Amino acid sequence: MLRLEHVSKTYRVGAFGRSKLAAVRDISFDVQPGEVVSLIGESGSGKSTIGRMVLRLLKPTSGSIVCDDAEISRLRRDALKEYYRHVQGVFQDPFSSYNPIFKADRIFGMIHAEFFPRVGADEWNQRVRDALESVALNPGDVLRKYPHQLSGGQLQRLLVARALLLEIRYFVADEIISMLDASTRIDVLNLLADLKSRGLGILFITHDLSLGNYISDTTIILRHGSIVEMGETEKVFGDARHPYTKDLLASVPLVHKKWRTNGTGGADAVAAAANGAAPGTAAPELFLVEEGHLVAAS
Amino acid sequence: MSLHVEDLRVYYRTLAGDVKALDGVSFDVADGEIMGLAGESGCGKSTLGKGLIRLDGRMRYVGGHVVLDGEELPIWDDAAMNDFRFRHVSIVPQYAMSALNPTRKIGRMIHELLRTRGASGNGVQQELERRLELVGLGPDVLGLYPIELSGGMKQRVVMVISTLLDPSLLIADEITSALDVSTQKAVAQTLVEFRDRGFVKSTIVITHDIAVLFQVADTILVMYAGKLAEKAPAEEIVSSPRHPYTRLLISSLPEVGVRHAEQELHGIPGRPPSLLDPPTGCRFRDRCPLATDRCLQEPPWVEEDGRGIACWEAAPVAPAAPSVLVEAR
Repeated sequence: MLRLEHVSKTYRVGAFGRSKLAAVRDISFDVQPGEVVSLIGESGSGKSTIGRMVLRLLKPTSGSIVCDDAEISRLRRDALKEYYRHVQGVFQDPFSSYNPIFKADRIFGMIHAEFFPRVGADEWNQRVRDALESVALNPGDVLRKYPHQLSGGQLQRLLVARALLLEIRYFVADEIISMLDASTRIDVLNLLADLKSRGLGILFITHDLSLGNYISDTTIILRHGSIVEMGETEKVFGDARHPYTKDLLASVPLVHKKWRTNGTGGADAVAAAANGAAPGTAAPELFLVEEGHLVAAS
Repeated sequence: MSLHVEDLRVYYRTLAGDVKALDGVSFDVADGEIMGLAGESGCGKSTLGKGLIRLDGRMRYVGGHVVLDGEELPIWDDAAMNDFRFRHVSIVPQYAMSALNPTRKIGRMIHELLRTRGASGNGVQQELERRLELVGLGPDVLGLYPIELSGGMKQRVVMVISTLLDPSLLIADEITSALDVSTQKAVAQTLVEFRDRGFVKSTIVITHDIAVLFQVADTILVMYAGKLAEKAPAEEIVSSPRHPYTRLLISSLPEVGVRHAEQELHGIPGRPPSLLDPPTGCRFRDRCPLATDRCLQEPPWVEEDGRGIACWEAAPVAPAAPSVLVEAR
């Protein structure tokens, strides 16, 4: 189990880091194997910061992140390598995740050299083929190609295949489909559901409520670095309690139902509410409104 | 008839040859109409939007006519187009940040811009403040630098500037894509508001997000690989799409309420053809579940009852349930 306990992250901003920005404030939740947890929030809500802390790309200012009883900030050398064997992530822009002057399948060679130096070339190639198979890619289409010769969807799936070569148990997907076209994004999303059914725990980070609703078991709505509402996805989407969540849901464009026409004024009120809470104040307390559904005091 | 585009062709010059990004496109936009332009990346939708106002260095005008309010736009002549830009045709670009000069305060930038167009800054000052207030911004933003505004505020400032001279045609290129949902709603509704108040006569909204188009557009035009696929009123294209591409595209949209556990959606296999050397016949053929031998011929653009479509195997006007098509795969 991957567990975050009272995690906060404060960035130093401005000249010489004189002022502080509380990007994440007192967040606690966990990701179980075989569960998709989506972190939904607008820009500046701290959702990507949480993902980066889980991947140990950033260090929490306070609080702890625990993976299977090990506090990850204490991991060093072999233990850290072992952690990355189990926890991997993929980010938003597939084109900047690759080095453009090398062929895209170099990412597999790097995993081979780094983690499995004793595995022979033939067996390794077979493993790569299996991994490609499970992300629904045809090896002939993607191997020995340069990144610019592949589509965004193919590149994202290659990165997922790379993670699968390791014995991953938790997967951080940070906006992995927002750069993809409508016709391919749903396939990458279905791939995540497939990983989930194999027992992986997935942290799905998105700004798109409909995507979060489609895939996740647990939904966490973030605003200004703290949780405003969290719980089982049906409950959060079906019976939203916090005014911010309700406003967000009312702003989502749907293809069968028009927005309530309240002029630009109403929508501006939403935007104002989104920017309303002053960063730096303490995170609001969460209350249990029903079994498996927590809401922040508003 | 506000805008009439006929057989417009714009290619990109590359070392490997011409990329036929816009390959024979004809359509009309009526006065007071908001037309949505949808399609995947690389389908030519942004090329069309840019082509109507300014061809950049890599783009080459190949053929076709654009007539705005009875006057032909000289889109092949960069200098002659200057008489039309901003006054008659205006654009709101995707990244508002890069549209605003970071070294000038907003107010000063607007005055400089108006002077280059021969309009007096003082004459429109009152109107400018009135319109800023309409989009929820006070006159004090004129004294701020662009960096002091949030993304949504910048986008709205650019919208006000672009429409200040009441252009006949406004092109909005992916203006909501980089915004959060709540800001997205405010910006999209501003487009409708501007049309309703007559600041612009007609609008072309370009986006890959069909859900946003459904909210604001009167008609939706779907493009595929440099050609038109289907055009219909917004409600009809969502409720009864006829072109197989449109149908698959709309059935692949996850909506709030659809869960993977209950209903698995599917994307469209394959990818669009290269426009360097596009295939003959229907360009969607390789990905289309309904393709037959007839699709080796290029389907003609057929228009009736306000709906246009280019497909041999199009669904009848009263459509079969989209699920039939999904099962056929």
